[in-house]
Amino acid sequence: MTATSAVIARDHPNDPLLRSDRFPHILCPGCGIGTVIHCYVEAMAASGVPLDNHVCVSGIGCSGRAAGYVNVDSYHTAHGRAIPFALGIAIHKPELRVTVISGDGDLTAIGGNHFIHAARRNMNLTVVCINNFNYGMTGGQAGPTSPRGSITSTAPKGVHDRPFNLPDLARAAGASFVARWTILHVRQLRDAILRGLQKPGFSFIEALSPCPTNFGRANDLGDGMAEMEVYRQRCRIVQELPGFDELDIDFVDEERPIAVGNFVDIDRHPYQPVGADAFDNVPNGTQRVHHPVGEE
Amino acid sequence: MSDAPQREQRVLSGTHFMLGDHACAEGALAGGVDYFGGYPITPSTEIAERLARRLPAVGGKYVQMEDELGSIMSILGASAAGARSLTATSGPGFSLMMESIGLAAMMELPCVIVDVQRASPSTGLPTMVGQSDILQARWGSHGDYGMAAFSPASPQECFDLTVHALNVADQYRIPVFLMMDEVVAHMTERVVIPPADEVPLVHRKRPDHKPGAQRHLPYAVGEDGVPAMAHAGEGYKVHMTGLTHDERGYPALTPATHNALVNRLVDKVRHNAQHIMRYDEFELDDAETVVIAFGCTSRSARQAVRQARQRGAKCGLLRLVSVWPFPEQRIRELLQRGTVRRFVVPEVNLGQLRREVERLTQLPVQRINHAGGAMPTPADILEVLL
Repeated sequence: MTATSAVIARDHPNDPLLRSDRFPHILCPGCGIGTVIHCYVEAMAASGVPLDNHVCVSGIGCSGRAAGYVNVDSYHTAHGRAIPFALGIAIHKPELRVTVISGDGDLTAIGGNHFIHAARRNMNLTVVCINNFNYGMTGGQAGPTSPRGSITSTAPKGVHDRPFNLPDLARAAGASFVARWTILHVRQLRDAILRGLQKPGFSFIEALSPCPTNFGRANDLGDGMAEMEVYRQRCRIVQELPGFDELDIDFVDEERPIAVGNFVDIDRHPYQPVGADAFDNVPNGTQRVHHPVGEE
Repeated sequence: MSDAPQREQRVLSGTHFMLGDHACAEGALAGGVDYFGGYPITPSTEIAERLARRLPAVGGKYVQMEDELGSIMSILGASAAGARSLTATSGPGFSLMMESIGLAAMMELPCVIVDVQRASPSTGLPTMVGQSDILQARWGSHGDYGMAAFSPASPQECFDLTVHALNVADQYRIPVFLMMDEVVAHMTERVVIPPADEVPLVHRKRPDHKPGAQRHLPYAVGEDGVPAMAHAGEGYKVHMTGLTHDERGYPALTPATHNALVNRLVDKVRHNAQHIMRYDEFELDDAETVVIAFGCTSRSARQAVRQARQRGAKCGLLRLVSVWPFPEQRIRELLQRGTVRRFVVPEVNLGQLRREVERLTQLPVQRINHAGGAMPTPADILEVLL
């Protein structure tokens, strides 16, 4: 027996949390989606919520395949529509802890309206957005988070549009918990997802991730390890939500930091559907029900 | 049905003078709806308004979604978690729902979509009648899939067919459409709601093993082609996808898997068409002219047939209660009698269902059409019958 083979474990402790019969997975070498899935299942295991009460919902795209690899009730839905599908589950069975894992294009371009309204309602959902700055599965087209000037197959001279600033969007729409980490920050990312799972209301975690096959190659970011090195050198952990421009990501300007951290963690009333008691002693149903406003 | 506290009667048994839209909402309640997600749109809004008031009071959940893209997906999510779920809309919203109707068919999530048809295309005449979404109901989402559509001709049928639609959706795990129209939706008539224990309820087939006892295959089927359904949160660890999938629910991206899957989705309706289909017949026994009509138009047609009979014209009415499945077999039987000379198809569109009749016969098929906003009157139809 060689020294190497002695440390190869037959089973990984996370195997029961994954649909290992689906491996090998479809993801490219250097992609960060597997790391996010790893963080999610570890957060799930640490959450104290029984595994049978976890549900994972995805949209379409590379990140949308996350639901296919986790060993809980999981739904790989339509492009942009993971959040309203998850909402239906969470409303009908409030005892379930529903997590949406999907990509930046899925959640904030085609699905942007659902994203802001779920945050506005402070729906009991944890939304993990894997942001790889482009549409990876279809070959690297520009998306709503592609930094200005970055090269993509549909922006051969550089992206012209201003990108979304996702943590700021989530905060403005009313999310109770907002974080941004990269897949280099494995513990922080897992802990942020765990915080999201334990916190009532709408939690949003942006996970920056390399896409070496498409975005990385087109923008000379090197392989996945090289982009991780960019994260290591340039990420600055901050405690408060930075100003709008400070959240912007720029891969060209080497002096520009990438702000990461748990930016928002406030207590707001989580969504409650109208209950039967709202109609007690109100024969015509027109009497107002008092809803407290603002933070608790 | 959820066991949440109920503060009101779920089934309003008794005799009522009721709006068509409200009768649909009461049908949803009597039919066991747990969840409604919708977006207000004329002329379906009274369904949402009634359910916003009534559904929470009987322990159900009502959410007003941000748009119809969200409405349909929220009822699919609720269905995956075990709810009987329903949404209501009209033409523009119905168009927005189309993509996800294909997801409902592919994941086999039971759901009911009410479309109160108004004059279209586009915004058209929002407050006035149309019947021009009837082919969209059949073919609107991309691809081949099984579905069913019912078209009520009275507030009573708005109630009855909403219950039936929920049952059919659950039994076959398909999207089911209630194709109302503005005339029937805004018509007030007598509606008799039966005692709660006499409302016929059929529920989806459930796994016959406990979670964990053996591996659950979410899409394993027996002879009827309908898989048993495990819900989110029950421990079966289901996976569902809109991709072509195998019995495990896992993507299986091969032409052979796709061909077998799509054929099964279509066949579970085709092979059960006789159980799903509903129609009724009026004066058809010796009819030389057969009128085929549905929804509000069938009321004008019935009156026209009665008047034409009084004047000696041998005509009758085949009223489609289910538009899809279309009663092909019944029309072939009528043709085999040899007495039928022609068909007349009045509808509030420019001849959508006429094409379906023409497909089955070489006999003349006369059309009576209005693009929308008004419906063919008995006099319009009588003129053609005489």
